[in-house]
Formats: sequence, C-alpha cells, structure tokens
Amino acid sequence: MALTGIEIYKYLPKTNCKKCNFPTCLAFAMKVAARVVDITACPDLSAQSKAALESAGRPPIRLVKFGGDTHKVEVGNETVMFRHEKTFYHPPAIMVRIKDTASKEDIAKLVDEVGGYQVERVGMKLTMDGFAVENASKDQARFLEAVETVLAKSGLAVALMSDNPATMDAAVAKAAARKPVVYAATKENWSGMADIAKKHSCPLVVRDSSGLENLVALSEKVAQAGIEDIILDPGVDSFKSSIDSLTEIRRLALKKNFRPLGFPVMTFPGVQAKTTEEEAALAAEQISKYSSVVVLEHFSPALAYPLLTLRLNIYTDPQKPIQMAAGIYEVGAPKPDSPLCITTNFSLTYFSVAGEIEASGVPSWLLICDTEGLSVLTAWAAGKFDAERIAKAVKQFNVADKISHKSIVLPGKVAVLRGELEEELSGWKVLVGPMEAMDVGGYFKKTWKP
Amino acid sequence: MAPLEAPVEKWTGKIRELKLGSGGRKTITVGGGTTLPFVKFEGAQPHRPAIAIEVQDKEPTDWSEFLVSAWGDALKNPGAWAKKAAEFGADLLYIRLASAHPEASNTGAAQAKKSASEVLSAVDLPVIFVGPDVAEKDNEVLVAVSDVAKGQRVGLGNCVEKNYKTIAATCMADGHVAIAKTPIEINLAKQLNILLSDVGLSPDSILMDPTTGALGYGLEYTYSVMERLRLAALMGDGMTSMPMICTAGEESWRQKESKATLDVPQAWGDNQERSLIWENVTAISLLAAGADILVLRHPKTVVTVKAALDKSF
Ligand code: B12
Ligand code: SF4
Repeated sequence: MALTGIEIYKYLPKTNCKKCNFPTCLAFAMKVAARVVDITACPDLSAQSKAALESAGRPPIRLVKFGGDTHKVEVGNETVMFRHEKTFYHPPAIMVRIKDTASKEDIAKLVDEVGGYQVERVGMKLTMDGFAVENASKDQARFLEAVETVLAKSGLAVALMSDNPATMDAAVAKAAARKPVVYAATKENWSGMADIAKKHSCPLVVRDSSGLENLVALSEKVAQAGIEDIILDPGVDSFKSSIDSLTEIRRLALKKNFRPLGFPVMTFPGVQAKTTEEEAALAAEQISKYSSVVVLEHFSPALAYPLLTLRLNIYTDPQKPIQMAAGIYEVGAPKPDSPLCITTNFSLTYFSVAGEIEASGVPSWLLICDTEGLSVLTAWAAGKFDAERIAKAVKQFNVADKISHKSIVLPGKVAVLRGELEEELSGWKVLVGPMEAMDVGGYFKKTWKP
Repeated sequence: MAPLEAPVEKWTGKIRELKLGSGGRKTITVGGGTTLPFVKFEGAQPHRPAIAIEVQDKEPTDWSEFLVSAWGDALKNPGAWAKKAAEFGADLLYIRLASAHPEASNTGAAQAKKSASEVLSAVDLPVIFVGPDVAEKDNEVLVAVSDVAKGQRVGLGNCVEKNYKTIAATCMADGHVAIAKTPIEINLAKQLNILLSDVGLSPDSILMDPTTGALGYGLEYTYSVMERLRLAALMGDGMTSMPMICTAGEESWRQKESKATLDVPQAWGDNQERSLIWENVTAISLLAAGADILVLRHPKTVVTVKAALDKSF
C-alpha cells in the first residue's frame, strides 16, 4: 500500500538538515510519497526506520511468483475489493490436479492435453497455468515418477501436494527449476514444510479449513519461520462459505492491513462437485470472487474455454476496453475486387468479424472505424458510429485506392445508417450485411454483389 | 491468538423485498439483503435468489439444437412449456410474448390474452410477462395481460426510459410489478426508478433489469454495474435498492459459443458441454454480483444453479 507523505514523515529524522536537497523533512516526505525521489536520498535515516518504512509500504496482499522460465505465474497484489474501483491486476492461475495414483499413460495424456491447450479470444492466446501434482498414493517413488512425467512433458507451472516433508523435499528438489508451489503446511507438519520451502525459495501454501483464526495462526508461524511467499488455503470447497471466507480474507488484508492474511488464496472448486457443471459453477464464482489459484479436478476444453473467458472478463481494466487501431485491415489476402466491410474498433467486435470472414474463406477488406472501443450498437447509440464517421474513415484510409468497386458492407445491426451513408459517400453503394458475423460467409457466397 | 474481528462494513441501507404472486398463485419474495451477496459474516440475505425459466408464446425458430432437444414439443405451446418448466424446477416463469414482434407474427392484445391465460392456468407459479421489446407493441400486449392477470401480482416489462408510463399505470391499477430495464448504466437505472416512482408506482413494485451481457460479450460491464448498484443501495440510496433480474439464458444462448455446431475450433471443446457451461458461468458470476432473479433457458443449467444455491444457503 502506498504510504502518504505524512506517514513517511513520521519515520524521518525531522532535523530539516537539507542533505536530501529539500528544504524540510516534510517536503522530502511529500516527494517520496509522490515517487519523485527515493527514500534513500536521506542519508540520516536509521536502519530501523528504513525497515519499518519498508514493511509499512509493502502491498497489503503480497505478490507471489511461481513457475519456471517457460511459464511464469504471478498472483496476489490486488488493491481493491471491486474491479470498478480500479482494476484487478493478477488473474488467478488455473491449474489441474493430477493424482499419482493414475497410470503413467493417463498422466502423460492429461499433461499433454492441458499443457498443449490454447484458445484464442480477442486476439489473445489463453492457456492453462499448470498442474497440482498430488501424492495421493502416499508412495514416494510413485510421486516422484508422476512429477517427472509432468515436468518432462510440459513447461507449465507446478504445485506439489504431499503431507510428508521427506517426500516433498525430494519432489521439490526435482522441480526446483520450476519454482514449484509447496502444498501444504498444516498444523502438524508446518515446520518441516517451511524448511523445504525456505531451502528452495518456493512459495508455501498454508492450509487450515477449521476456521480463519487457525489459518491466521498457521500463517503467522510460517512467516516467523522466515517464509515470505505464502499462499492461503482456507479449505473452501463449497458454495457454503467460499464468497464469505474469501471476502473476509480480502477485506482484512486490504482494509485492516492484516498481514497474516495478506496473501493470495488457493481454492479447489471441484472437490465436492458431482458433475463438471457443478465444478464449473464454483470455479466461476471463485474466479469472480477472490481466488488467486484455482485448481480443477477435471480438464476438458469445454470447461477451460468458458473459465478462461471469465477470467479475461473479470480481469479486464474497466477503464479501458480492449481496442484496435482504426485503419484498413486485410483478412486473408484480399484483391481489389474483394468485399469491403466496415466495423468498430472494439476488439471483441473486430475479432468476431475478422474471425468469421477468415472462416468464410472469402478474403476481404475490413475497415475499422474509431468508435472509442465501443461495439456496433453501443457505438451507434452513443453517436460514435454514424454515417459521418464511417465516411471519414473511408476517406482517411484511402480505401478507394485499394478496391476496384465502390461498395461497402454495413453491419446488419446498423442497417438504418444506409441512406445517410449513401449521401455522405457519393458514388458508393452501401450494402447491409447480416446481423451476426457468423452469417457473413453465407452472405458473401449467396448475396454479396459489389 | 485473540479471536479475529470480522471486518464488517456498517451499511445503512438494505435491498428492498419484492413479492411476486398473489390471488391464489404461489408467491415468491426476493431481495431483503443487508449485505453483499453471500457475505454471511456481516448481514443477512433472507431470501435466496430465484430461478426463472424463460417461456415464449411462439415456437422459437433460432434456438440451439441443445435447447430444442431438452424441451421437445413443449416449445410449440406456452401452456405445455410452462408446465414442463415447473417440472424442471423453476421458482417462477419469465414469459416472453415473442409472437407480438412486428417481424415475427405481429400478434396483438387478443393473442397475448390467450397465451397469458394458458400459462396462468397451466401453472400456479409466480409469472413475469415481457413484451417483444418494441414500445407500442409492449404497451398493447402488456395492458392486455395485466387485465387477465389482475390481482395475481405478476411482473410486467420491460419499462424503458422512453416507454414506461403505460406499463407503470397498468401495474398500479392491477397490482403488478414493473420490470425497469436500462442499458448497463447506474445513473440510468436510478433515473428510471425515480421516473417510475414519480408517476406513483411504489418502489417496492419495481424489479431492475440492468441488461445482461453474456460471458465473453459484455459480462464484465453488467457485473460491475450490478456491484455498483448493490453498493449504492447498501450505502442508503433507496432508488437503487430494487432487486435485480438478469436474462442470463437469453444472452448466453445468443452467442456463437452456444449456438455454433459446425466448424467450431477444436479448443472450444464439446458443443453441448460448452454451451451449458457458458450459460452456467454467466449465471453464477451474475449471482456473485447481486442477481436476485436469474432467467435461464436450459433445464440442466437450472439444476446446476439450484444446486449451487442449495449449498449456499
Ligand atoms: C456491453 C454493452 C455496453 C458497454 C460497452 C461495451 C463496449 N465496449 O462496447 C457499456 C456498459 C459501456 C455500454 C454503454 C452504453 N450502451 Co450498451 N450494451 C452492451 C451490450 C450488453 C453488449 C454489446 C457487446 O459487446 N456486444 C458484442 C459485440 C461483439 O457485438 P457487435 O459489436 O454488435 O458485433 C456483432 C455484430 O454486430 C456483428 N458485426 C459487427 N461488425 C460487423 C460488420 C459486418 C460487415 C457484419 C456483417 C457484421 C458485423 O458481428 C458481431 C458478432 O456477431 C449490449 C446489449 C446486448 N446484449 O447486446 C448493449 C447495447 C448495445 N447498449 C445500448 C445502449 C443504449 C448503451 C448506451 C448508449 C447507454 C447510455 N445511454 O449510456 C451506452 C453508450 C456508451 C457511451 N455513452 O459511452 C443499447 C443499444 C440500443 C440500440 N438498439 O440502439 C444495447 C443494445 C442495450 C439495450 N438493449 O438497450 N454498453
Ligand atoms: S536529509 Fe533527511 S533529515 Fe535531512 S532534511 Fe532531508 S529528510 Fe530531513
């Protein structure tokens, strides 16, 4: 949490000696708060004050990193309760549990599926984040073999799950380069687990599902043992307490600056689920409300795609819709006699349309009008996608030089613009396309005529 | 260690309670919360959110095959459809008088009365009726329905900024609830509630529809506007404290992710599984944002969301 000038001032020597090149300690403190100058510019600051300042200036929810060079994960460091207050910064990691009781072939297959999974949305490539490998067999050799398979077949992040410190030590040693999450320190084994996490500088999960007070006690013990990168598992595997507990944790961290709970949270939405749909439901709730690491029990593309989309939605900066630059885009390799379409610069709109044109197999020109990141009807209703603006875009980007015909296809939803646009663009023919981009292929093939 | 002090906020407002159903019809009450959705350590949510199933008065022509196969022949008849929706576990019904749309069959008051009577006699659940969302038509069919449903406290919608007076007057005359729909904007939502109150409709007879964006299609906007409306209400603004209804089913089943079955990217996975999860995820995340009534389409989503609610309460 950023400190205010007054808060910083409290820690300064208050001698107004000007060695920092500011007239007073207070003036200096104000500049430090505004990040104009660094605190180290005061040569007389005691080591003790410096440490106190650092700890007071720490973010209320720690940023925790794990994963290796091929896939780094950063979770935590959120600053608000609601996305509209600013934004959420670090999307939850979505991982899949792998039990070492499964056969080697099954494990390999699952790792391939999850590791290779990638889906494109609004021009972004969305992927899963990794695996939580569990020592369900309680057999060390078997666990190590499963961990090896996972590490060998995928570059994604890993969490290692075992209650046995000796087994954990061996597994973490194998996975050290991947900076694995150590799961988990409990009331019984925390000291051994803390040693391992410290030895390998890995994040450590503390788990206690018997109430937040006990989780706090455990988190404090582990912190005293020198672990800084903590992840909390309050054991919320049901709708009964998920939002309740996770809200309480986040509020205590953000509003009360309560250190023992100032860490990212890990959840397992599928543990009690009877169907994939139920697992999807709790996962959706936890992505919306305050989980930082979501571990699924199952994987299928049909489950992953909606959850990754939700994560993208919730973690989009509400102040700025994802936008495209205005201009004339080529979809496929259009020729002068290919169709010309117009749409808005909201990236969701652009990618929906571009994707469908591409799928239609009819190369086209796609003109993007600057609508300040609004979709077709939103922009139209806001007066940002009208005949005047469209005509301006046609002229600004010299569209007529690229095509041999003079016809332009409007989105079906703004058919009403046709007449006006024909007036604005004299000599042009204005065509009305289908309402939904997914019908554009049929339209090109059956109806479109320049 | 010392017991943790729960980080409660001192809210001064609460969500209004809204009752639907009367005159022999089953009733349901939603709203009444004194805290954010599902936050139990701080206050109460005395009524659990309700699940409405959407029914139309004409067979839909553009529905996904997965919806069509789940409902079968019931889609051909609003009474049968309503009955089946009740069997599938709806707490209430959301009847879209789609046939009145000028581009559909352009039916009018007479057909609306007929459809409404069929539904009302087929089930004893509370009911919401919405027109085709075309101003003059909405007025025509909703006034007709209001008469048929007199004294049964049904919901009538959608009232929008440009077209709310007739519907509001009808609600007042016949004891119904108005659905106030605004395009994802907190000030517009509040404004419409004020306009409706100004013409004499009780604030306890208003249900807000903040406009739903489906998962991947504006969900985040709806989500944040709902959270802001909730917070404003809890902070004491009585003109944002009406319960909220979200048309999660309609919006998610309109999207390509739910409809497409041909040439679907492999990464989208199984078509049916994905389309179900699409509706489910849309619904659950809007519940977290404060939905009091969710309007759904697929019976399986109803089962999943109800299971989630059973566990939450
Ligand atoms: C999310 C949303 C918003 C977001 C903005 C999102 C954004 N970045 O654009 C917010 C909350 C900010 C918003 C604001 C407003 N909104 Co708004 N919004 C929506 C919502 C829910 C979804 C829009 C969306 O993202 N669609 C997805 C994109 C991909 O769709 P699309 O751009 O239309 O593209 C599709 C097709 O058009 C087609 N297509 C696109 N281009 C082309 C090109 C060709 C050639 C072809 C063939 C096809 C094609 O392909 C795409 C996929 O099929 C809709 C309602 C709804 N459920 O649809 C209302 C809606 C569009 N909004 C509406 C309104 C009125 C507004 C406001 C004016 C309200 C107000 N008074 O403040 C403001 C205006 C904004 C402003 N003042 O800055 C109305 C418009 C009513 C109308 N018919 O005119 C709608 C329809 C809601 C309603 N029913 O009242 N909105
Ligand atoms: S150098 Fe330090 S002590 Fe001297 S004026 Fe600056 S802040 Fe104060």
